[in-house]
Amino acid sequence: MSVLVNKDTRLVVQGITGTEGGFHTQQMIEYGTHVVAGVTPGKGGQIFMDSVPVFDTVKDAVKIAGANASVIFVPPAFAADAIMEAADAGIELVVCITEGIPTLDMVNVHEFLSKRPKTTLIGPNCPGVITPGVAKIGIMPGFIHKPGKIGIISRSGTLTYEAVHQLGNAGFGQSTAIGIGGDPIIGTKHIDAVKLLNEDPDTEAIVLIGEIGGSDEETAAAYIAKHVRKPVVAFIAGQTAPEGKRMGHAGAIIAGGKGTAAEKMEALAAAGIHVVKSPADIGNKMKEVLG
Amino acid sequence: MKIHEYQAKDILRSYGVPVPKGKIASTVKEAELAAQEIGLPVVVKAQIHAGGRGKGGGVKFAPTAEDVSQYASDILGMTLITHQTGPEGRFVKKIWIEEASNIKHEYYAGIVLDRASSKVTFMVSTEGGMEIEKVAEETPEKIVKVGVDASVGLQAFQAREMAFALGLTGSAFKNGVKFFLALYKAYMGTDASLFEINPLVVTEEGDVIALDAKADFDNNAMYRQKTLTPLRDLDEEEPLEIEADKSGLNYIKLDGNIGCMVNGAGLAMGTMDIIKLTGGEPANFLDVGGSASAETVEQGFRIILSDKNVKAVLINIFGGIVRCDRVANGVIQAIKNINTQVPIVVRLQGTNAEEGKRLLEESGMNIIAATELKDSAEKVVATLGQTVGK
Repeated sequence: MSVLVNKDTRLVVQGITGTEGGFHTQQMIEYGTHVVAGVTPGKGGQIFMDSVPVFDTVKDAVKIAGANASVIFVPPAFAADAIMEAADAGIELVVCITEGIPTLDMVNVHEFLSKRPKTTLIGPNCPGVITPGVAKIGIMPGFIHKPGKIGIISRSGTLTYEAVHQLGNAGFGQSTAIGIGGDPIIGTKHIDAVKLLNEDPDTEAIVLIGEIGGSDEETAAAYIAKHVRKPVVAFIAGQTAPEGKRMGHAGAIIAGGKGTAAEKMEALAAAGIHVVKSPADIGNKMKEVLG
Repeated sequence: MKIHEYQAKDILRSYGVPVPKGKIASTVKEAELAAQEIGLPVVVKAQIHAGGRGKGGGVKFAPTAEDVSQYASDILGMTLITHQTGPEGRFVKKIWIEEASNIKHEYYAGIVLDRASSKVTFMVSTEGGMEIEKVAEETPEKIVKVGVDASVGLQAFQAREMAFALGLTGSAFKNGVKFFLALYKAYMGTDASLFEINPLVVTEEGDVIALDAKADFDNNAMYRQKTLTPLRDLDEEEPLEIEADKSGLNYIKLDGNIGCMVNGAGLAMGTMDIIKLTGGEPANFLDVGGSASAETVEQGFRIILSDKNVKAVLINIFGGIVRCDRVANGVIQAIKNINTQVPIVVRLQGTNAEEGKRLLEESGMNIIAATELKDSAEKVVATLGQTVGK
């Protein structure tokens, strides 16, 4: 078992004919992901890499190729539109990799998706989702992952890879790693991903990686305190970040004294979560907790 | 992207949000002419991006022409220090000469994105002129929040709700409703991320006007907000951050002495954190992006080393799909081109990490190789101990 991505995932790649989209489609196929279609408006009828049919619309990809999940590599100006197209076509899982989508576009997307509860959006501005050994939807390096029992949730790409690497060194594989994205508006927040992994019988423990900005980590902490009995190890990036500066991710900013790492770490610790101060201690802490 | 008060007021005016009459001046002469044209009394306001200008002496009420000349000459060219500028302050190049308003009452109005609800959200409060963060902490019940439904935009009943919450009556009530509806249009029309009107004032005549205006815009939307681009004031930004921005790098200067270069924002923050935990002080945040090519690494180096406080550098690249041997060659090439004596610790992880490490070690350059995060932080902090000890 796993969450979000499994052997029944039939993926459509929106923006398959672009450089990024093309490269990562190849990587996903090599990893074993079942890529059934691509979509680039105006390029319908082409065949990508001699095997993946390209359609003009996501609706066609669903109807003709049976796609049930989508990954989006289209440029920021068109990405919100791509998310809504996928949701409207009835796609259940939409993973948006694109970084730099205007916030007001995402406000509209949020409203649009609220009327289509069947669709789960991951991202935008995220590395994607991987169920090791089964399939990956996104841009993460597949080979660093190993199948196992730890679920990972993170706002950051390379920091997730770091956690995966340390868990590997400590002898742990992953059930599913979910990169939820670094933007102020994202489809799946920490709390939503925690719920998924908590209900997954094959996930024994959870690594939660957060960062400065917003209050999603605190919200997740409150949920965990009430509902989660699985051990959770957490790290918050940005303990040394100054106020009022955006630290790379559009959502990583301390504003008006709110969204600091200290606040988040305190809320997580109060919820019984094993908070590590150093990003180098994630793997060891998990080993200590699971014995 | 932040802009000045006078620029924000120009935008608001163009959307039908009432603002006081005013003119911008960069010399005393211009200020005097502006005051003549507007009519006394006026207010002389320093134009810098930071808040707290009044308390720092950057805002003065000028009832006479002599006052205008005096204050203009005092404020232009001053280094204004406020709680938001840091101790170094900001140089004042321009002043805004504005007609004095007949203030009856001061309020607060702001629009931001509420991340919890993912909605554009109004905040209004009767506590005008105060810092809203303080109000939120001490008397949160005095802030009224109204979230906008994105599919229909701000509705009249919501604007009325806010005007009622402020206790407006008569013509002030009607003007308040119009004010909020216009302010919302301005926010949406410019891809703003913040509009803060503090204070929003009701005059003795029942007018509702934006006496101050603070605006911030979504950098991701600049491609469709071309008219905003010229409003950027580079003098208000850190020169190294501007330089990095030109190369497509994400750099933020800090006060420490260990420069760091990392791929990915989260890992970059995490690297700063571990430097601090190991007993060092990070000199910067720098995300070189996913690919970490020789060019970006070299540009990153130049920017990091332009900060004269930097005494050691830690490069932390989690290669992922990019192969570490390629990254290693890029790093070696970059260091050759830069020709620096500063100790450099390089940590590479991902595909071919061991080969990358070997290349670094055999390069014959002043590079200390590492493969684990903890190890790399300890090594870079240790080099500093030696440097200081010499």
